[in-house]
Amino acid sequence: MASARPVPSRHLLGIDGMSRDDLEEILDLTDTFAEVGRRTIPKVPALRGRTVASLFFENSTRTRLSFETAARRLSADTMIFTSGSSSLSKGESLRDTVEVIGSYGADAIVVRHAMAGTAHRLAGWTDAAVINAGDGCHEHPTQALLDCYTLREARGGLDGMRIGIVGDIRHSRVARSNVLAFTLLGAEVLLIAPPTLLPPSTEGWPVTVTHDLDASLPDLDACYLLRLQRERISEGLIPSIREYAADFGLDARRASRLPDDALILHPGPTNLGVELTSEVAADHRSLILDQVANGVSLRMAVLFLLLGSGRELVPDGVRDELPDEEAPGP
Amino acid sequence: MAKRERSQTPPFGGLFVAHARIMTADDMGRAIRRMAHEVIERNQGLEDVVVVGLQTGGVPVAERLVDALEDIEGISTPLGSLDVALYRDDIGLRPVVPEAVTDLPSDIDGRIIVLVDDVLFTGRTIRAALDAVCDYGRPRSVQLAVVVDRGHRELPIRPDYVGKNLPTRRDEVVDVHAAGVDLGMMQK
Repeated sequence: MASARPVPSRHLLGIDGMSRDDLEEILDLTDTFAEVGRRTIPKVPALRGRTVASLFFENSTRTRLSFETAARRLSADTMIFTSGSSSLSKGESLRDTVEVIGSYGADAIVVRHAMAGTAHRLAGWTDAAVINAGDGCHEHPTQALLDCYTLREARGGLDGMRIGIVGDIRHSRVARSNVLAFTLLGAEVLLIAPPTLLPPSTEGWPVTVTHDLDASLPDLDACYLLRLQRERISEGLIPSIREYAADFGLDARRASRLPDDALILHPGPTNLGVELTSEVAADHRSLILDQVANGVSLRMAVLFLLLGSGRELVPDGVRDELPDEEAPGP
Repeated sequence: MAKRERSQTPPFGGLFVAHARIMTADDMGRAIRRMAHEVIERNQGLEDVVVVGLQTGGVPVAERLVDALEDIEGISTPLGSLDVALYRDDIGLRPVVPEAVTDLPSDIDGRIIVLVDDVLFTGRTIRAALDAVCDYGRPRSVQLAVVVDRGHRELPIRPDYVGKNLPTRRDEVVDVHAAGVDLGMMQK
C-alpha cells in the first residue's frame, strides 16, 4: 500500500471525485479491521480520545449501528443525535446543531439527511471530518465501498464483472454511489428498471440501461437488488407493488436463470416478497449477510483513515521534531 | 525495508545513505544462531515457545530465528506476525497505516512469546506490541529478541536476546536487511 500519498480529502462525501487507488486503499485497509473483528476482544485503542458524532435525520438501522460499532471497536467515544429527540422541534437550524456538536468536541460527524448535498454543506461549516451516510437521492459512499469489498472478497476483484443493478434507481443514493464505485473498479454496470424508476437522464453514466430483467439475468455475474423506496414514491410511478414484484422481483424461478456462480446482493432493509423472496435471500449465492458484517470493518477503515492515520494532521515543521523509529532504510 | 517506515523517518521519504557496514550477512547469521541457542537455553527447550515477528522489519528476522531453532533442536516452532499500527501512541502525530497482517497462532494463553524485531530504539513499538499481545490472550511470559539494540530508550524496556549492541546518535538510521546491517543517515 502506498502510504505516502494522502487521501485527497479529509471528508468522505461521495464516490464522485475519488480515484481507483483511493477506493482500493480503503478496501485494503478493511482487511486489517476485519481481522480485528474476528478476535476474542474485537477492540483496538487506535482512536482513543476521539469522538464520532452520528447525526441522523432519517431512519437507519444498519448504517447507524455499524458506524457506532465501528467507532467503539476503535475505542472512540460516540455521540448520537436523532432528529426526533432533539431541539429541531424547537426550531434549531442544521447549522446550529452542527456547531453545538462541534463545540462538544466531535472529531468526525456521520450525517444522513433527506436533502442531497447536506454532507457537502456540513463540510464547510465544521472542522470535523464529515462522512456522508446518505444524502437524499444523491450518494451513500460507505454502502458502495462495503459492497465493493464484499464482491472483492467473493471474487478477488471486480475487473470485468457484469453487475446488474435492479429496481428503484431513481430514488436510490446507493445506485448512484455504486455505479461510480463498480465502474471505477473495472466492472460493467447494467441498470435494470421500469422507465418510471430510472432517473430523468442517465446520460454520461457509464452504464447500459434495460427494462427487461428476465433477458438480462443469464449474463450477470452479480445481481444487485435495490429497495423499493415506498417512502419516496408518491406520484404513482408503479401501477402497484404486486405488479412491480411480478416484473422486477427476484423469486426462485428468476434466480434459477442466473448463472450458478452469480452473486446476489441487497443493501437492506429488504422488502421480502417485493425485490426478492425470502427463499432467494437465503440462497447460497446471496451475500446479503456478508454485506452487513463487512459494513463494520469497512466503516472502521474509513474512520481510521480520516481520524487516525495522521495523514494530514502533521504540519511539516512539527514532523522534523519527531523522533525517528526503528529501522528505516531503502 | 518497509516503505512505510522510510516515509516516517525524517526527512520523510528521503534517501538512506549508509556510511558503515556494521554487520555482514555472515555476522548476522551467526548472531541469529547464537540468539536461537540462548532462547533454547533460557526456556530449557522449546516447549510452549511461539516466535512472533513485528511487522514489517521483524518478520524476516523471526523467520530466520525459527529456521535456526529447527536446525538446532529439530522441532518446528510456531511462527506468527504482529502489526502494532493500531496500538501506537503516536497515531495522529505521523502517518500510521496498518499495511501488514497480524497472524498469531490461535491460542497464546500460557505460551512463551518471543517477540522479534530488527532494531530496538525508543521502545515505543515494543510497548505497543505488549498491548497488542495482551488483547489476544495471556501468555506465560513475553521475551524480546532484536538484531540491533541502538539505545535511546524512552520507556523501561530491555531486550532478552541481542544480536549486537550498537551505540548510535539519535539522528542516525540503522538498516537491517538480508545482506547485513548498515548505519547511515537519511538525506533529502
